[in-house]
Amino acid sequence: MFKILKYSFFDLMRSSWSYVYFAFYLLLGIVLLFLNNDLSKAVITLMNVIIVLVPLIGTIFGVMYYYNSKEFTELLLAQPLKRSSIFLGQYLGVAISLSMSLILGLGLPFIAYGLFKSNAIWDFSLLLIVGMFLTFIFSALAFNIALSNENRIKGFGYAILMWLFLAIIYDGLFLMSLILFEDYPLDKVSLIGTMLNPIDLSRTLILLKLDISALLGYTGAVFKQFFGTNFGLIISLFALLIWVALPVIRIVLKSKRKDF
Amino acid sequence: MKIRLCILLFLITTYFAAAKTITVCEAGCDFNRIQTAVDSSKSGDHIFIKKGLYKESNIIIYKKSLHITGEEGTIIDTQQNGYGFSVEATDIVIKNLIIKNIEISYTKEYAAILLFKSYDFVIENITVENAFFGFLIQKSKDGLVHNNTISGEGKAEADSGNAIHLWHCENVNITNNDVRRMRDGIYLEFGSNSYISNNYSTGNMRYGLHFMFSNENTYENNTFEANGAGVAVMFSKKIKMFNNVFKKNWGTASYGILLKEINDAELKHNIFEDNTIGINADGTNRITYTANTFKNNGYAIKVHGACYDNIYSKNNFLYNSFDLSYSGNLNSNKFENNYWSNYTGYDLDKNGIGDIPYRPVKLFSYLVNRTPESIVLLRSLFIDIIDFSEKVSPVFTPENLIDNQPLMTLVTW
Repeated sequence: MFKILKYSFFDLMRSSWSYVYFAFYLLLGIVLLFLNNDLSKAVITLMNVIIVLVPLIGTIFGVMYYYNSKEFTELLLAQPLKRSSIFLGQYLGVAISLSMSLILGLGLPFIAYGLFKSNAIWDFSLLLIVGMFLTFIFSALAFNIALSNENRIKGFGYAILMWLFLAIIYDGLFLMSLILFEDYPLDKVSLIGTMLNPIDLSRTLILLKLDISALLGYTGAVFKQFFGTNFGLIISLFALLIWVALPVIRIVLKSKRKDF
Repeated sequence: MKIRLCILLFLITTYFAAAKTITVCEAGCDFNRIQTAVDSSKSGDHIFIKKGLYKESNIIIYKKSLHITGEEGTIIDTQQNGYGFSVEATDIVIKNLIIKNIEISYTKEYAAILLFKSYDFVIENITVENAFFGFLIQKSKDGLVHNNTISGEGKAEADSGNAIHLWHCENVNITNNDVRRMRDGIYLEFGSNSYISNNYSTGNMRYGLHFMFSNENTYENNTFEANGAGVAVMFSKKIKMFNNVFKKNWGTASYGILLKEINDAELKHNIFEDNTIGINADGTNRITYTANTFKNNGYAIKVHGACYDNIYSKNNFLYNSFDLSYSGNLNSNKFENNYWSNYTGYDLDKNGIGDIPYRPVKLFSYLVNRTPESIVLLRSLFIDIIDFSEKVSPVFTPENLIDNQPLMTLVTW
């Protein structure tokens, strides 16, 4: 598995897309910090970017990489190798190289700006951790979609649709249902609702740091326990781990049975 | 004439002859108990209490002008028995003492120092530990409460008292005090012309500072941090609030300031940071909010109904989750020349004022008012989209609630 991981990783490192991705984050970080001069505002803008763009890029990269390296995969399958290690190796190669571009691209300008001396370091590292989680989750979801669809166009279509659903449509439906059932106690429902969407989940994690004062304005014991203590942080991180684990398990199961 | 002069001279000499210093200590001084020293003193005497632990309570000073000072380390332990000092006198000074363990009562307001109908009083450098009430000052005038530290151990609002409680008082200066873990930090009830400055009020269960029916008071340069419900100014007129810091008041009913039925007040150069609600205004008229900074609050300002002729100008609204939540009609309240960190407009003519107006009320704050649980969707992309569409064509938010001249740069003072 590690050989394939290494191969995929260096293959991606050599491809121009990784550099584009890295350059994009580098530029974003520099623009935010050096034209803005305000770390807390930069962290908020960055949060919006990470929550929307990281899943999108993870999804597209995942699908693209799978379809592009399909012939090579078929060649590998002819060798005496475990199927799970081939696919997991490829998946981890994609996810790790994307995460590295993200961390280096954003980390370098922030370090140059003097992050270690500022007390925004925790907010910032939380942002990077959440970005990494999102990369892992969405590239795994992309691999799942690609594994299930032989047709590239269809695969791409589903992948983009999935991103669109989780990033925007889900919140719309969520809000509508909250308003529709506003006569009922909704605090548990709304917290469970955020758990079911990795993007909402990461947003909640960041909100716990940035907007805690607003979140505590709502009268509800469940909310208060969730947002007012470390309980929320632990639960959210745990849910993110589950969100990584489930699609990865499905990759393993699906690849075992797939006919090439 | 000569006789009169003689009498005057006689009076002056007797007065000065009588003004002596009485010392109190455990052994070897004039007295070993404070109460006996007080009883045998005359008006104008100084009582000097030497270092030591005095297990006394309910020390009564009645119609005697005394200057009571303690040495460093003078401790009065009331042993959970009534008041520390109970005073009714003019020209009274109490200084440099530590008073401990005030009795908790559900029917009486036991305090470390109770002043009743006392004029020209000074309470200075007093440390009250484990207090029920700290200083309870009633029907008094022209006093100074300076440099005191009061802390309590109450668990709930019912079994704790106020650190500095003024009832029907006039012209009292409350400066440089540190009050913590009480019910109210400083409470003015029917008080007027008082001046409150440089105090630090934290960890109080109810309000850091509380005004009730108190007119024409000023408070400035105070810091209020992490109090149960912040600062409350209620049913009062002409209050001036300058240069105060309100921070970290978190909770469902927590505010930087709660303004309720307030007329003609002035807020200037205050800083509101990390509060759930910066200012909660309900029934306020003719208030000017000038050059305040609202930073990282949940809501910077929440306006309820019945507010008329309030003017918000030259304030900084920085990174609040919501800048403004507004119920009811605009009612000739004005927002002008504020700096909004969420403003996305431009300034083509370079006059420092944004060319397009800013709408401080977002659709999402309207939604959160209606369905509070939807707060979990804060900062989601979908919310940004509907906020944007509302900004373009307002349907739910008041149409004329706008800052027509938003500033492009921070207001500094």
